[in-house]
Amino acid sequence: MRSLRRIGRWGPGLLLVLPSIILIVLFVYGLIGWNIKTSLGTQPVLNGPSGVRNYTNLWHEERWIRDLKNLGVFTVVFIVGSLAMGAIMALLLDKGVKGEGVFRGVYLFPMAVSFIAAGIVWRWLLNPSSGLNLIFDKLGLDVLKNQWWQTRSWGMAAMAIPAVWQMSGYIMALYLAGFRGVPEELREAARMDGAAEWKVYRHVVFPHLRPVTLSALVILGHISIKVFDLILAVSGKQGITETPAVYMWDLIFQASNRPKGAAIATLLLLGVAVLILPYLVFTVRSERRA
Amino acid sequence: MSTVTAPPPAAVVVERRPRPVPKGRQRRFFTAGKLAALLVFIVFFLTPVYLLLLTSFKSLAEADPASAWTWPKTVTLDAWREAWDKLGPALGNSFKLVIPATIASTMLGSLNGYVLSKWRFPGADLVFTLFLFGMFIPYQAVMIPLALLYNDLGFPHGLPRLILAHVVYGIPITTLIFRNYYATVPTELIEAARMDGAGMYRTYLSVILPTSAPAFVVAAIWQFTSIWNDFLFAVFLITNPAAWPVTVALNNTAGSQVTPFPVQMAGALIASIPTLVVYIILGRYFMRGLMAGALKG
Repeated sequence: MRSLRRIGRWGPGLLLVLPSIILIVLFVYGLIGWNIKTSLGTQPVLNGPSGVRNYTNLWHEERWIRDLKNLGVFTVVFIVGSLAMGAIMALLLDKGVKGEGVFRGVYLFPMAVSFIAAGIVWRWLLNPSSGLNLIFDKLGLDVLKNQWWQTRSWGMAAMAIPAVWQMSGYIMALYLAGFRGVPEELREAARMDGAAEWKVYRHVVFPHLRPVTLSALVILGHISIKVFDLILAVSGKQGITETPAVYMWDLIFQASNRPKGAAIATLLLLGVAVLILPYLVFTVRSERRA
Repeated sequence: MSTVTAPPPAAVVVERRPRPVPKGRQRRFFTAGKLAALLVFIVFFLTPVYLLLLTSFKSLAEADPASAWTWPKTVTLDAWREAWDKLGPALGNSFKLVIPATIASTMLGSLNGYVLSKWRFPGADLVFTLFLFGMFIPYQAVMIPLALLYNDLGFPHGLPRLILAHVVYGIPITTLIFRNYYATVPTELIEAARMDGAGMYRTYLSVILPTSAPAFVVAAIWQFTSIWNDFLFAVFLITNPAAWPVTVALNNTAGSQVTPFPVQMAGALIASIPTLVVYIILGRYFMRGLMAGALKG
């Protein structure tokens, strides 16, 4: 009797969420399972390997290793660049500037634009015989002229510039909210103790920002692992800028090798999971404690 | 400089305070430096827009990468016209995709958020965590079987496939936004409604829904922007060019060697106008959605 009444209490709620639960279980977890199953299959026409070989063989491929290296270079420049730029912009805005809304608005607007549209203009800006090189030329900054993403082995660093352009405003917004979340009394107390303003930041404000930096790292990291549109739009399919996601694309459409493509997809998911899961568990747990 | 009245003699002030305040000139210098730095960033963010606009008004003959920064000798709208002709239908497809998908995923998010914050059932936290992980998965990890599933089910081709995908994969973020928002609604309001004999549905309609406008705006903007800008699902799930949304059509235009540069640039601007308009009008809510995306309430 009592348990029936309890079901009466939460039953309708569960019923209301049930359609979403079914959709998520089917489309997220079911399809992930299906994808793994596909990745263990064989490409019939190519008579390729099957099972775990689809994964292990990748690690003997020069192409796969190069793609991982490309992704690594991209990720480091993208994350460090966005964090640094975002933090600097937030620091400049923290104390309040006339026209702050305008600055914020301009810094953040690239977030509203697609990688495809942005890529069209960055293709010109990063063209060795156009764009930024022309400006450097005019300013007499010939040292800065370079081949951008067409540079041997480090081209992916240039590919990260449009990504920083697109995402650093977001990081700025996160940091700015973080700065302003530090209670003014704490800053004031430090000042009363005679701390110079930069010391207030160093010892009071920055330690408060560790959770923000963690969020930013997770967000930027998972975007980086998936990066695809941007590369397609800026360079097209080129070995020199290929990442695992682009390789997967090539496998499915050009080589019609679905199992191997699915194997790469699983590895991408694994990369994201390693990054996200601890963060999710940590967030949900600390929320429950609060 | 000359119009600013001189500050009181610094020495007097310094002696009375526990620590020296920056002198007036020093502070002005500091402020000027800050402003200069802020403007450098403005230049960085707006340069691509300037180049897009500049090139989009050039004629075919003048659009040479080697003279990217020179002003057009003759300003022409030809490129805009041609881009509009090329992308018009795709723009229509994007709206047909984004509007229903945004509405459906926002409604689902609202219901889920309501239950997960106010009518919790055993295991609600687990469900919420399972949802959240769905927010971060790479589309790559599900898109191959998704296309197979659609084929197996005989699901109608074209936009319906894309709409369903965006509704489903939008559930996590919209649920998160609404759950965080409803957590701030006082539980007493719900209790009071329950005392009056209102059930879960009546409480939702009479108490929760009327206060939900801000959360709806935040969630809808987020969904509108990310669905509009999506490329991967669209190019993968839609095989018929007549049903392509604007990102795919734009990429196809830009990828071909025959499309003149001014047309590509005008096309990039046209494809970005809807999300930019939303951003300009509702920027404040856009920020809030971004914060939610970082899991911060």
